[in-house]
Amino acid sequence: MWGYLSGFDNDLFGQFDRMRREMDTLFGALSGSAGIRSTTIGTYPAINIGASAKQVDVYVFAPGLDPAKLDISLQQNLLCIAGQRHESLPDGVQLYRRERFNGDFRRVLTLPEDVDPEKVEASYRDGVLHLSVARREEVKPRRIEVK
Amino acid sequence: MSENTVMQTREASALAADRAATPAMLPPVDIFEDPAGLTLKADLPGVSKERLSVAVDQNTLTIEGEAEIPMPEGMEALYADLRSTVFRRSFTLSRELQADRIDAQIQDGVLTLKVPTREESRPRKIEIKVG
Repeated sequence: MWGYLSGFDNDLFGQFDRMRREMDTLFGALSGSAGIRSTTIGTYPAINIGASAKQVDVYVFAPGLDPAKLDISLQQNLLCIAGQRHESLPDGVQLYRRERFNGDFRRVLTLPEDVDPEKVEASYRDGVLHLSVARREEVKPRRIEVK
Repeated sequence: MSENTVMQTREASALAADRAATPAMLPPVDIFEDPAGLTLKADLPGVSKERLSVAVDQNTLTIEGEAEIPMPEGMEALYADLRSTVFRRSFTLSRELQADRIDAQIQDGVLTLKVPTREESRPRKIEIKVG
């Protein structure tokens, strides 16, 4: 029984590790130069952007939101995300810490110029809004045959 | 303590040391208290129930979670506010809190912990008699 359990554990932690390494090497290795529209640490929501040949992926770390109340627009390659998170405290409690964001937010991001605003997919899971924006066909790298 | 137990402990501490060494982000929290107990809310975006651990060791409460980010093949980072997938934060509990009766829930990346206060240490209204 222990053998089975520890095997399972190892596999699970192995998967965590692999995933963490993937994300950490991907996003941790960015150079020190910050984007013109970037914000300071602790801003809500935090955003990561990744690009691959076919699409641009935007991850908006926005826990505790009602996705129906999010306002997302993409004009050319300018992505605008606005929303609100208002959480009121129960009456008569003693408050010790209030670090979590409370209020309205609006963030504007510049995506690569070749994104197609017509082809956007959005999903919200575990507090992460994931937007996939397709890149235009003509700019995808194409293999050139040498005759 | 049997030999088996010792080995288990060692493995667990090695694992903890390994995980403690990884860079983690400090999740923002709200903490408030009412007569029934403490409530702690933490923002853990991308962390599902399966990847969350809430542990009490002695009187230290540790919250740890790993965000799961689905990424397509061959993706390159363009911009990142978050540079890690691990969230970790610890708090010291006090004696009147019932650490063995913590209730944890996570929804949409927000963890809510309820730590009840011991019945006998709940505040009592003190009547002032006018003589």
